[in-house]
Amino acid sequence: MTTPLQPPPKKDPQKRSTAPTRPPEMRSRAAMHLTAAAAEGRFALQCCLECGAVQYPPRDACSSCLSTDFEWRDMPPGGTLLAETTVHASPRLFYRERMPWRAGTVQLDAGPTVLAHIHEDIAAHGRVRIEARLDQAGQGVLLALPETPTPHQEDAPLMRALSADPKHRRILITDARSPHTPALAKALQDAGAAMIFAGEPESWRPYPGRAALDALGVEVLPMDVTDTASVQKLAGEIGGKTDILINTAQMLRPGGVLERGDTAFARDEIEVNYLGLMRLAQAFGPGMCARVSDGVNSAAAWVNLLSVSAMTNAQPFGVHSASQAGAYSLSQSLRAEFRPSGLRVMNLFFGPTEADDWYQPLPPPKVTTNALARAVVDGLQRGLEDVWCGDIAQDIRERFRRDPKVLEREMTMGGDGP
Amino acid sequence: MSPLASFAAGIASGTIRVVDLTHTLDPDFPVIILPPEFGQCARFRMEEISAYDHRGPAWKWHNISMSEHTGTHFDAPSHWISGRDVPNGSVDEIDPAAFVGPVCVIDCSDGAAQDDDFELTVDGITAWEQEYGRIPTAAWVLMRTDWSKRRGAAYLNMREDGPHSPGPTPDAIRFLIEQRDIRGFGTETVGTDAGQGSHYTPPYPAHYYLHGAGKYGLQCLNALDELPATGAVLVAAPLKIKNGTGSPLRVLALVEDT
Repeated sequence: MTTPLQPPPKKDPQKRSTAPTRPPEMRSRAAMHLTAAAAEGRFALQCCLECGAVQYPPRDACSSCLSTDFEWRDMPPGGTLLAETTVHASPRLFYRERMPWRAGTVQLDAGPTVLAHIHEDIAAHGRVRIEARLDQAGQGVLLALPETPTPHQEDAPLMRALSADPKHRRILITDARSPHTPALAKALQDAGAAMIFAGEPESWRPYPGRAALDALGVEVLPMDVTDTASVQKLAGEIGGKTDILINTAQMLRPGGVLERGDTAFARDEIEVNYLGLMRLAQAFGPGMCARVSDGVNSAAAWVNLLSVSAMTNAQPFGVHSASQAGAYSLSQSLRAEFRPSGLRVMNLFFGPTEADDWYQPLPPPKVTTNALARAVVDGLQRGLEDVWCGDIAQDIRERFRRDPKVLEREMTMGGDGP
Repeated sequence: MSPLASFAAGIASGTIRVVDLTHTLDPDFPVIILPPEFGQCARFRMEEISAYDHRGPAWKWHNISMSEHTGTHFDAPSHWISGRDVPNGSVDEIDPAAFVGPVCVIDCSDGAAQDDDFELTVDGITAWEQEYGRIPTAAWVLMRTDWSKRRGAAYLNMREDGPHSPGPTPDAIRFLIEQRDIRGFGTETVGTDAGQGSHYTPPYPAHYYLHGAGKYGLQCLNALDELPATGAVLVAAPLKIKNGTGSPLRVLALVEDT
């Protein structure tokens, strides 16, 4: 069993905060597919389409038949620890600060032998379960976990480095008025979050979720993502102890370009969904980036809740979809800008939700607030970059992967006349 | 001394006080809330262009944005469907002489303190006239409720059946227009109509009758308790917005100390 992680003591104000350091980032283009799968929490390896060999590490040609035709397939996670070492000396700052570090080779049930980070609870030659995770350089690495979970296994330093676990962390949910905020706050509390803040725009307007937030003990503080000064003010107050930021601010109205007839709601959508994200990042981003190695409650992740219409325009929400595409692109810029610090950006893509009034005329399946909250917590605990929440989001992701143009054509049908 | 010279002397000596009836344009100041399917009133927003920094080393300035009907603001006749064909009905067309005039203040603060939905009625107006004299032609009539002292959620006072705040009855507003030929009507609440004004016939009677008759509105006024019932002069000049239906503005009252 792992020694349970204790809530961190208050910081010594005379000590300099540890600057973030990172494991090596460079990978071959072939190896990037491992990262792409890990970003979604999948463990995939390179499979030769000619001879069927599964190979590791990834290469440009098959080591059995020299074919260059590959497919990345999800692998069964089982394996056995073959050989291991514990690193006590390293020229790499990231590892020097975290030694001793356990690494080893695992014989996969699927065939290949892989190099993996080894959890402390695995016995020599023991059975393991392999997960692909993103490390603090944002690259896919393999993690060997005990075959059956051990008590507090998620508290191991290795696990903290390969996740953005909300346990003992302080979390800002940016919009208290979002119908998802109470369920999200509850799920984060259940996952061990130390403190939850929620930004409240327009306190002069009552809303049903406020009582639930008060009952949960959420610290509700004024902030409106469309008001730069209010965002800067809250960042000034709590930016130094925001470990995870979850952006729930969302402006949504139905309608395409012609149906809308004006640009007023589109401007509001851009103000909240795109510029709001930008204001939050400008105010909270630098402080969070500086605190990625700041102990148990270090800054860990930035979470955006995006409609899956960010990936392909979805009627009857055509104009809103454009704001989501803009926010998605901005989140990619944030990934690049946060990369040097190791601060993660997790995008949670969701289909129509039960809680949002504007999706009321749409048929099921719809995402419940509880499912969405669970997906956020699970994504943080596994350190994911992309989470697809609900049947519709997963369907769009699958069709996008197969052929974005086919998906676009299917999503933009004109309908046959009489 | 000429009238203007004696006026200037009065300001300089303090026998004429300038009272500010304007709320600060603040991003968090409430605006009217309509059902979400309708277009919405933009809140006041301010973005820095530069602040003595790399974006402009020696100067600070902001871009601002808002609705014509944000904060303490003026309603022109073209704001309402009843006033759409009124000549010179937009803020840029109104004779600037209309922006300066006498003001009567009807104190409804006791009633409003008892009842969030307090109504200004014809009886209320005539009772006021018995005490202070007949409302002169072309006067501003302001309904004092001390609502401007409310903060946060108490200002709109929004409940599940909509906002609750005082305002005039349809008959009262028609009386002021038809019998007293006022210049306009002003309130300390978010609109010239009561919070529940959509339930009158016609809905929003102050807007409907005032603007249909070419009269003006002032709302979100501040500190009406600092004005005398009669005798003050109001200076309320909206921005000269082309085809504007209203405008945020600085409303000043000139009050002579007697």
